[in-house]
Amino acid sequence: MTDPAAVSGYEDPPPRMGFFTDTSVCIGCKACEVACKEWNAVPEDGLLLTGMSYDNTGSLNASTWRHVAFIEQRKPLALQDPGVMHPDVDVLEMAPLGSSTPPEQALMTPTAPGQEGDLRWLMASDVCKHCTHAACLDVCPTGSLFRTEFGTVVVQEDICNGCGYCIPACPYGVIDQRKGDGRAWKCTLCYDRIGDGLEPACAKACPTDSIQYGPLDELRERAAGRVERLHEAGVTDARLYGHDPADGVGGAGAFFLLLDDPEVYGLPPDPIVTTRDLPSMWRHAAAAAAGLLGAAVLACLTGRRR
Amino acid sequence: MAECHPVGFQWVMAAKARGAAVIHVDPRFTRTSALADVHVPIRVGTDIAFLGGIVNYVLTHEKYFREYVLAYTNASTIICENFKDTEDLDGVFSGLDPQARAYDFSNWRYEGGDVPAAAGEQDQEYEERVDHAEAQEVDHAEAQEAARPEVHGSGGAEALAEGARLQTDETLQHPRCVFQILKRHFARYTPETVEEICGIPRDTFLRVCELITENSGRDRTTSFAYAVGWTQHTVGAQYIRTASILQALLGNIGRPGGGILALRGHASIQGSTDIPTLYNLLPGYIPMPHAHQNEDLDAFVEAEGARKGYWGNMRAYVVSLLKAWWGDAATADNDFCFDYLPRLTGDHGTYQTAQAQVEGTCKGYFLLGENPAVGSANARLQRFGMANLDWLVVRDFSLIESATWWKDGPEIETGELRTEDIRTEVFFLPAAAHTEKSGSFTNTQRLLQWHRQAVEPRGDTRSDLWFAYYLGRLIRDKLSDPAHRARMGLDADGRGIERDRPVLDLTWDYPTEGGYDDPDAEAVLAEINGFDAHGHPLSGYTQLKDDGSTSCGCWIYCGVYADGVNQADRRKPYTEQDWVAAEWAWAWPLNRRILYNRASADPEGRPWSERKAYLEWDPERRKWVGPDVPDFDEHMPPDYEPHPDATGPEGLSGKDPFVMQSDGKAWLYAPVGLVDGPLPTHYEPQESPFTNPLYGQQRNPVRNMPKPGGDFFHPSDGEPGAEVFPYLATTYRLTEHHTAGGMSRWLPYLSELQPEFFCEVSPELARERGLEHLGWATIVSARSAIEARVLVTERMTPLDVQGRRVHQIGLPYHWGPNGYSTGDAANELLHIALDPNVHIQESKVLTCDIRPGRRPRGPALRELVNEYRRRAGITEETGRQM
Repeated sequence: MTDPAAVSGYEDPPPRMGFFTDTSVCIGCKACEVACKEWNAVPEDGLLLTGMSYDNTGSLNASTWRHVAFIEQRKPLALQDPGVMHPDVDVLEMAPLGSSTPPEQALMTPTAPGQEGDLRWLMASDVCKHCTHAACLDVCPTGSLFRTEFGTVVVQEDICNGCGYCIPACPYGVIDQRKGDGRAWKCTLCYDRIGDGLEPACAKACPTDSIQYGPLDELRERAAGRVERLHEAGVTDARLYGHDPADGVGGAGAFFLLLDDPEVYGLPPDPIVTTRDLPSMWRHAAAAAAGLLGAAVLACLTGRRR
Repeated sequence: MAECHPVGFQWVMAAKARGAAVIHVDPRFTRTSALADVHVPIRVGTDIAFLGGIVNYVLTHEKYFREYVLAYTNASTIICENFKDTEDLDGVFSGLDPQARAYDFSNWRYEGGDVPAAAGEQDQEYEERVDHAEAQEVDHAEAQEAARPEVHGSGGAEALAEGARLQTDETLQHPRCVFQILKRHFARYTPETVEEICGIPRDTFLRVCELITENSGRDRTTSFAYAVGWTQHTVGAQYIRTASILQALLGNIGRPGGGILALRGHASIQGSTDIPTLYNLLPGYIPMPHAHQNEDLDAFVEAEGARKGYWGNMRAYVVSLLKAWWGDAATADNDFCFDYLPRLTGDHGTYQTAQAQVEGTCKGYFLLGENPAVGSANARLQRFGMANLDWLVVRDFSLIESATWWKDGPEIETGELRTEDIRTEVFFLPAAAHTEKSGSFTNTQRLLQWHRQAVEPRGDTRSDLWFAYYLGRLIRDKLSDPAHRARMGLDADGRGIERDRPVLDLTWDYPTEGGYDDPDAEAVLAEINGFDAHGHPLSGYTQLKDDGSTSCGCWIYCGVYADGVNQADRRKPYTEQDWVAAEWAWAWPLNRRILYNRASADPEGRPWSERKAYLEWDPERRKWVGPDVPDFDEHMPPDYEPHPDATGPEGLSGKDPFVMQSDGKAWLYAPVGLVDGPLPTHYEPQESPFTNPLYGQQRNPVRNMPKPGGDFFHPSDGEPGAEVFPYLATTYRLTEHHTAGGMSRWLPYLSELQPEFFCEVSPELARERGLEHLGWATIVSARSAIEARVLVTERMTPLDVQGRRVHQIGLPYHWGPNGYSTGDAANELLHIALDPNVHIQESKVLTCDIRPGRRPRGPALRELVNEYRRRAGITEETGRQM
């Protein structure tokens, strides 16, 4: 696997560090959200009862670097007996009443339709993926975003000029401009902690070790074993997300064990580094330019001949 | 548990990862249910029926651990002939006085015995046992008040009279042996009954029974964890008793992986009962003396102690406590200042106190980290009480509702109170947070964990220790100042300064430290631990003497400062020691991690199985060995038999694990100890849309009812007007907030996670009442009406009970009008019918109505409530019948 720190020019960098977020043991306590805000002095960003189950955070943004999603689903969790019965309720019919999200949005929300008698409540803590191929980093004109020796991607608040190029560049919609501030902010994987040998604040606070921090190689190995055990236990839905170096971002430094399709959690199913095609685009542009130039020269020459 | 004890829940997840099945019984599908293998929705207030059903399953299918039951429980003990069960009396036990609404416990006793007494409930028994010539007549009306549940905490009920012999039948066939009584008592609790009462389908119930019984026995153990979901009922103590019976039958007590785990509140509720903030206990669960005439130390120990087991040494614990408090002033000649202790005259619990405030007999109130204006049941009554005080002191982090009700409380808005009419002088004193002071937390597993001050308190904030210490000094200075005494007329009764000796003689000197001269918390811990005659720290309660040569502030904490070392401050990680991790912090008593651990071995002292080995008798070394501290004398061999006259710990045999009980047994049947029955019985809650299908007796006949006036109750099923309040509601906490919100609603990072008060309803109820997701709903009881945003969720499920569909409404109770995140307080709706044993409110069950839209403002709010009362025909008498 390509070590992005080495590629970035670090000589003999430490092992690439990252997060493995195992959502199968997340209890939705949101300690990660609070610990992150406390350590990084991220401001509170609004009291809004969203109605999206217990998720009143909404999404990752400039002032939310960890976000716990809550998804109420009519879908059985293997081997679980939820006990609830709503045989008379058609959630699609109920949708206009507001009891659940409109069907067209149902994949990401409180209640998605399914078999009666089934209910599961998924919780998952999302975070910046610290991509191997990080588009935000590629497009940053000031050098505010940089690759650390741990292979993580960090934005430097004293250099960022608020140009905002990084925001559409992120395939996950993670990095964001803070209102009234203008600069771009996101998870630093607690760069100011891990350099001192501490684990990031969110991982430290997580009571069930849903958020695990460590060398990415070890985490990937552990995650593969975990999926295997869950499959053996009958939780066939378990799958990894962002672990594969062959994916569209070259593998994420923060990857996940999910219990359903990524879309259910509000994650893109097939993220691709938005700058992937830049070189070829440049090549095409160059070719086109060359073609145009050639045509022009030809025209001139032809004209002269006239 | 994931909702309210997320940190402790990590160990449930660790167990799950190793293959444990997790069962979650809760009316709601919570964050705990999300991770459980089975979620069992239950109708609120019916857990005795559910647990009783499992007890019946265990007995019927002979799934109990027979050897354990025979050796370690009172299954074979024969009960006296006078005892009549609820089976015989249609839902009540023998000895019920319907006028006094109290039981005479004498006919629940063991055969051939005097009664029990440590748990000695009542004056009548007290008189009997101390043989007062002129037995004090106990007024019937006072009988219930005199039922002193606090003494039950001392567990050491005397099972037998001196010299009397326990009557037993080891074949368990005698019709009056506990085992047979138990079988008859629980025979009604069939799977069909459970379904009919709890709304739990038969198949689900049987699956739970199978999971539990398959996982109990020699090789496996099952544990129960509960919190206030069990305690906050008019039958709360009996919920825990049912679980105790079940766990004792299954052999799941005193063994690794077993137990009934009480999840206490954050962060030191356990500590505040060990060294109590309760009116009726002294440190270490010693009952507060009652105001009997001429009561002295000997009479107290005689009446409240036990002869056998560790409560047999109660005198040593009490004398050492008196020496810790009054030092040199406490001598054998003056009964070690026993007379200095305050005396009880009845129930002085929190709800009784609020009523006394309304009546004008309670005139001053300290609130330290408590917010009754929104955090106690019938919050309105609490505010009316506070509005009738002379003075009120509130110490908290922020201006909580209990500090500001006089200017912006709900009654100001309705016009029922006017600020200018309120004479209460209110003092607000800002309090330091745990990061600003040193001290210990006693967590839910009895671990004392030390925390150190990180920063000095800011501004005027001070620690509670600072406050108590300097308040005491000021009071003592004033009491010893003749000018002050004259000015205040303190000597008017002619007793002079002698009257105030209990305060003036207190040992009240502590070294101070830091910028604010805070008393040194470790010096307090050392005082709690206790000293021997030479001033050396004691290392355990077995060293305590009853002759005044030792002092100890809390006998169960003795040893926390052994060798002069703060044992609570030990932080050796679990990764660097064995699985019991005995070197992390310190557990009371004597750093024992599992109580009653004699039961982890069979009667001969061998492990029940290799898989569950814990302590065992090593015949070579003549001692008990294992990873934990034995919960008994480590040199007592399994074949030890006491002399019939032996007392104290030596009075029990080498086979008796339950060393705090006077017969050394786990009690399947409690001959004393509870004021509402020796066996748990299903009663409907105070307010219920259903009739009790088991007995003619609808509710707990001896539940505590408030005096008429401040509280109104709903009609229950079958009474006219019951249909006005057709829904059940329950209150609870969310992970994101802390109790009544004083520690969370002012914090932006927590407030944004749960920004508003909401109620949770099922889609079916939403349709029935026209409630809209994220819209407003008004929830009404006979006490008040509140408004909440609506969350419609399938996590709330209707239940089929007695052929009817019932809806349950979820109400998190964190909110109030002050702070950063605001909302109505769910406690406005609650009544104050109480559990008679512990005087706790029934905040887990009430009936109510719910309607779309916001509640009325101003006087119209009371109009709405009054209209509901009128419609339901509610009077002072409603719901008060026995």
